[in-house]
Amino acid sequence: MLDWIWFLLLAIGVVYGIATGNVNAVTEAAFAAANNTVVLILEICGLMCLWLGLLKIAEASGLVAKLGKLLSPLIRRLFPDVPASHPAFSFIMMNAAANLLGLGNAATPFGIKAMEQLQTLNPRKDTATPAMITLLVMNTSCITLLPTMVISLRVSANSADPTAIIGATVLASSIGLLCALLLDSLMRKKQGGA
Amino acid sequence: MGSITLYIVPAILVLVPLLGLLKKLPVYELFVTGAAEGLRMSVQILPYLLAVLVGVAVFRASGAFNAIADLIAPLTNLLGIPADVLPLMLMRPLSGSGALAIAADIINTSGPDSFTGLLASVLQGSTDTTFYILSVYFGAIGITRYRYALRVGLTADLISMLASCVICHLLFA
Repeated sequence: MLDWIWFLLLAIGVVYGIATGNVNAVTEAAFAAANNTVVLILEICGLMCLWLGLLKIAEASGLVAKLGKLLSPLIRRLFPDVPASHPAFSFIMMNAAANLLGLGNAATPFGIKAMEQLQTLNPRKDTATPAMITLLVMNTSCITLLPTMVISLRVSANSADPTAIIGATVLASSIGLLCALLLDSLMRKKQGGA
Repeated sequence: MGSITLYIVPAILVLVPLLGLLKKLPVYELFVTGAAEGLRMSVQILPYLLAVLVGVAVFRASGAFNAIADLIAPLTNLLGIPADVLPLMLMRPLSGSGALAIAADIINTSGPDSFTGLLASVLQGSTDTTFYILSVYFGAIGITRYRYALRVGLTADLISMLASCVICHLLFA
């Protein structure tokens, strides 16, 4: 599916660009995007290093394992294919906590650590397992408690009430997460588990 | 809430190494070993992210993105979605920086406290960049067969967005 979406983005872009005499912009955009990816990775990289450095200390001191044990049975039930004492749960917990607190740059390295743990349970290393998809969905549809970026946009646009949207954002993102988890478990059953 | 988040990171910066020291661990060495992993992860992610970002950039720069938004605007108008907000809804799952730019533009031109501005704020805040997260998380561990992940992610985005529209109509209209 991603093969086709990716191809269609490129093909529609190129064909439309040629048809409207805009093809130069298409070429420039492709080069610029390739360059910008490296800049973006460099920006992410420093923060990933910082968080993974701290994480290593927390792992060695037993803090990570303790957090995993605190995990509510609810989250554990979302991952029926993962053994109850598996280390993946500690990282899933930290990923979820970072997301809820709005620490997006910490959520990513913790999430990737969780994915690496889930990969150890995966019989086919190129194919996503249901547990990986559940973790992914928890990240794409995470509840936003404090949309800091949007609030600062609204402040700079001289809003009379920059935080007026918090309640609506929490509600909409909660509905999104609930529906996403529901859809995920339906799809998992339809596809017959692992 | 704001003041809690203000102190979380500083607290982690002190408490995590402190706990390590109390357990007589070589905290500096551990930190450096862990940090090196960040470098490896970033390099691993790069090609996946590049593929997605180039695809989105080509699609956008050609004008095809705006043309498609114009094409379906009459349909979404019937659902009570302002035409100005539609490009944001289409861009949100594809590109984080692209969506942020559109959201900033809507908030500035329509006014942050207009219905359109409020809806754009909620849309931008309540969903995330599904393609980016997919390529980063799966790219990092070398997953190329996504199975139903994209379907679930995009359907959930759509539901969040429709929920945002309904909630904004109830609260702000």
